[in-house]
Amino acid sequence: MPESALILNPAAMQRALTRIAHEIAERNESGGEVVIVGIQRGGVPLGQRLGGLLAGIWGHAVPTGSLDVSMHRDDLDRRAAPHVQPTVIPFDVTGKTVVLVDDVLFSGRTIRAAMDALNDFGRPRCIQLAVLIDRGHRELPIKADFVGKNVPTAPTERVRVRLAEMGGADEVVIEK
Amino acid sequence: MSWHRKHLLDIESLTAEEITLVLDTARAFKAVGERAIKKVPALRGKTVVNLFVEPSTRTRTSFELSEQRLSADIVNFNTEASSLKKGETLKDTARNLEALNIDFIDIRHSASGAPHFLARVLNASVINAGDGAHEHPTQALLDAFTIREKKGRIAGLNVTILGDILYSRVARSDIWALTKMGAKVTLCGPSTLVPRVFEQMGVRVTHDVEEAIRDADIINLLRIQHERQRKAAFPSLGEYTSLFGLNQARLARTKPDALIMHPGPINRGVEIDSAIADCDRSLVLQQVTNGLAVRMAVLFLVNGGKGPQEVAP
Repeated sequence: MPESALILNPAAMQRALTRIAHEIAERNESGGEVVIVGIQRGGVPLGQRLGGLLAGIWGHAVPTGSLDVSMHRDDLDRRAAPHVQPTVIPFDVTGKTVVLVDDVLFSGRTIRAAMDALNDFGRPRCIQLAVLIDRGHRELPIKADFVGKNVPTAPTERVRVRLAEMGGADEVVIEK
Repeated sequence: MSWHRKHLLDIESLTAEEITLVLDTARAFKAVGERAIKKVPALRGKTVVNLFVEPSTRTRTSFELSEQRLSADIVNFNTEASSLKKGETLKDTARNLEALNIDFIDIRHSASGAPHFLARVLNASVINAGDGAHEHPTQALLDAFTIREKKGRIAGLNVTILGDILYSRVARSDIWALTKMGAKVTLCGPSTLVPRVFEQMGVRVTHDVEEAIRDADIINLLRIQHERQRKAAFPSLGEYTSLFGLNQARLARTKPDALIMHPGPINRGVEIDSAIADCDRSLVLQQVTNGLAVRMAVLFLVNGGKGPQEVAP
């Protein structure tokens, strides 16, 4: 049984997301040009929550979609094929400010794959990145614009984000 | 669970979980085909040889396009223009191709077991695109995908396969796939083409077409495989059509929500009335669209991981 420590409880997670939403609003005065794309799987419910929070701030719905990056990964040669989840982007991304959302930022390779995948849907005006947890150990020059919590980790540790939408207790734990 | 097989040689050796994994993956690839950019880089830099030693329209085009949409490089092997005509063996042909460092071979061949043979002698991954009268795995997978998409499930459905079963690799693969997924399969056709011995595969055999289609949810029609029959299995095509062809009168006696399938090519007016082939209960063209998604899924899954070599005995 791996040793695990709680990093965020449900209340702390909600506060972090609320703060991120306000940071996104502060950075993007024109809310009409912002769309949210959550990365499968953990980024999708987080993206939906952020979409709801931003709708509350701006007073209008924020287009929210989901993006699966399995087909764009750089490690398809060295692992069994990943399970492919739905990609649903029912709006045009060209000219928009796309806020990519993921649960944990680690090596940065998922985000690289996400930007490649997003490129096939259009040409955003710009892409910003919101993550709940940044655990360090970047292998590519990629940085989050909005971070819920910075968590220094050892490479062998695992950060688990257990969202209520996916049957979890709405918490973040780190496992040794 | 994940896919760990290096080849796709037949449906017989697959589990229901593996079949479900292919169908789930195909659903995602079907969505790719509906976008403006229908291409993903998953097989970028990989080389696929399409070794079609038997004629094909649908399967060949479908494999080619699925490989292109995965960004793979393709070598199309045209039997007529090749040294197979000079008597070069299949093994030498494949080995010569392998010397070019290819990653995959999709093979269609008139000899049952040809893909299994290649899987033993080559390092490349082998995908069976139809071997003799033995199996046509990707056809069965796209049939299963189409059924699941239209009916929401496969388990418990009544599926009738009507036509030349004896010489049909599609029939055999369909029987494996559908029984593994829990469908109730009925085979029907002339007794010369649908012998009772097929009951050992866990299906019902009947030579009465009315009985076969009465409660069917899906009616899958097969073409008479002239090229594989050694002697005439029935007196004339006209007799076959009058006894077993799906015509308007017979269609009227099926369940109103029963759907029609056919792997193609269709012999209009023989196994199926021309108008029925084109009606809105016919899934024929959707099968073709789904075939592309299923083949992309198969290549994507087979590409992943270098698990234990899976070679059929």
